[in-house]
Amino acid sequence: MKTFKFPRITFWGVVATTLIVLGVGAAIARFTLGLGATTNLSDEFPWGLWIGFDFLGIGLAAAGFTIVAAVHLFHAKDYEPIVRPAILTAFIGYLLVVLVLVIDLGRPDHFWHPLVMWNPHSVMFEITWCVILYTTVLSAEFAPIVLEKFNLHTPIKWIHSVSLPLMILGVLLSTLHQSSFGSLYLIVPNRLNPLWYTPLLPILFFISCIASGVSMVILETLILSRKGRTLLPPELRANLAKITAVALAVYLVVRFQDMFTRGTVAELKHLTYHSLAFWFEIIVGFVVPLVLLLSNRIRHSRRGLYVTTIMVLAGFAANRMNVAVTGLEKYPTHTYFPSLLEVLIMTGIAAIGFTAFTLIARYLPIFPDVAPPEPDQHPFSSLSPAIEGD
Amino acid sequence: MGQKKALLIDISLCVGCNACQAACKAENHLPEGDEKTLSLSAFTALSEHDGLFVRAMCQHCDIPTCVSACPVAALEKRADGPVLYSADKCIGCRYCMQACPFHIPRYEWKSTRPGIKKCILCAPRLEKGLPTACSEACPTGATKFGDRNELLIEATNRITADSGKYVPKIYGKNDVGGTSVLYISPVPFEKLGFDTRLGQEPMPILTMNALSKVPNVVGVGSVMLAGIWWITNRREDVAREEGSNKQDSNHKNRG
Repeated sequence: MKTFKFPRITFWGVVATTLIVLGVGAAIARFTLGLGATTNLSDEFPWGLWIGFDFLGIGLAAAGFTIVAAVHLFHAKDYEPIVRPAILTAFIGYLLVVLVLVIDLGRPDHFWHPLVMWNPHSVMFEITWCVILYTTVLSAEFAPIVLEKFNLHTPIKWIHSVSLPLMILGVLLSTLHQSSFGSLYLIVPNRLNPLWYTPLLPILFFISCIASGVSMVILETLILSRKGRTLLPPELRANLAKITAVALAVYLVVRFQDMFTRGTVAELKHLTYHSLAFWFEIIVGFVVPLVLLLSNRIRHSRRGLYVTTIMVLAGFAANRMNVAVTGLEKYPTHTYFPSLLEVLIMTGIAAIGFTAFTLIARYLPIFPDVAPPEPDQHPFSSLSPAIEGD
Repeated sequence: MGQKKALLIDISLCVGCNACQAACKAENHLPEGDEKTLSLSAFTALSEHDGLFVRAMCQHCDIPTCVSACPVAALEKRADGPVLYSADKCIGCRYCMQACPFHIPRYEWKSTRPGIKKCILCAPRLEKGLPTACSEACPTGATKFGDRNELLIEATNRITADSGKYVPKIYGKNDVGGTSVLYISPVPFEKLGFDTRLGQEPMPILTMNALSKVPNVVGVGSVMLAGIWWITNRREDVAREEGSNKQDSNHKNRG
């Protein structure tokens, strides 16, 4: 483990490198030529693919606050082994979202303005502050992992002494911020299609991020538990799947109850561009996974969980893209489709994320360092490992 | 600054001569030319609907959506009417463009240091006590400049004086909480491309409803989370004190 190995050339390595190189090239083009020449954004569609990608990234990063809350605030200690992967996911997710936002901004040189020029009436202002503060909290939650690697125990003690307020702050910031992405669209009742517009947008965004965040954790434990290593016992993984199912069910009840009471359900009478997008999102991302997760056998089957979590994430992505793009389109006159450069920048950034996760997981103590599938001794805690070891 | 100024646009009087756009372009040093839609070089534009002409321009809302949306307060509403923009502050997030109920701001997409462009209700002229360039140029009086209160009275008088000539509505009087550009029309506004479903509530209320809950979430949330932590922590302490062995905790039935 400790010996340095020259990186092997793997299929995924080649794919990731290609995507990153293309993405960097596209980003250079975007900064030298401007947004107009490189994107399909316009006065009709001032926001496009990148905003949808931000929503997605933040939604997946919800893994961080849900697991930290479960383990450290609710003392579900059995889930300890997944705290660090979840924090890492969230940390990388947020850093990438910040990167995309800076690329998306017309004046990236002014990115620091919200720190000194305040407008508390703006949802965007609240989001900016939540992103900044929560990224800071995440770096404090992540720092012990790095410090531990270099045997620096004193700073870990400092961080540990403030860990409880820090974790509470992190959970609150996430809650606010996940829902604020929905609040952004409260101001466009005249433009967002009624299938997605509702005063409950912030609440729906919050509920669905729990489903996606937990699904992301399940998916990670499945992927990372392969090579003879069990990150989380199947029983606990099944419990996480149950949480996903509950979130999906609550979401469906709230969403449809709202649609019925406000009468927007009438929009579904005809098969249109928008109602098709709606049904795809609801059936693939919510109804089918919910039905599947009700089965005990599927909750305990690796393949079953692979399929359901990927469906939840796909439906989640569809939902965010529908709010950010499809719901604002007027088919067929006013539509938006991202340019190649927009797509390349997005895939490049996603590739940076996967590469960063893989490299950090390889060189830093992210996973319980026990190869056999039975981690017998107490797995280390994420925030105070060195102290408990003393 | 004085009274809140406004424009009264009487659609029945407009002959579509486009003098307003020409004057606007001259005032704002924009390239000349006949433009039918708003653009970076046209802060106002006339569109034709069955022989009637409608002027599009920033409505200078009393409680502007864009001002509430901007994260860095680059947009501000001045007491005498104009909604002004400062490019020095702007970060280019384009939330104002997304939020504007009238779809007014235009973005400098071709620039590498882009900002937005829109009508500023001739704010520098207003400071000198002058009317807006467009109202000064209008040969038929279709665009009239004045104090908002007085223009509202005049609009009401014109509507009541000749019943049947106008539909009984002043667009902008109460729409999205009131604007500084008022319209009266001989035909229903929907037929002229106006959005009449915006309602009378200022749009910023919609997001303020959500934002005003933030302090509650923080307050109640932190107490609740700390409480849950305390209870679960205490439960563990008690379990440990009572000498129950480690296997008892939660679900440690893994094989």
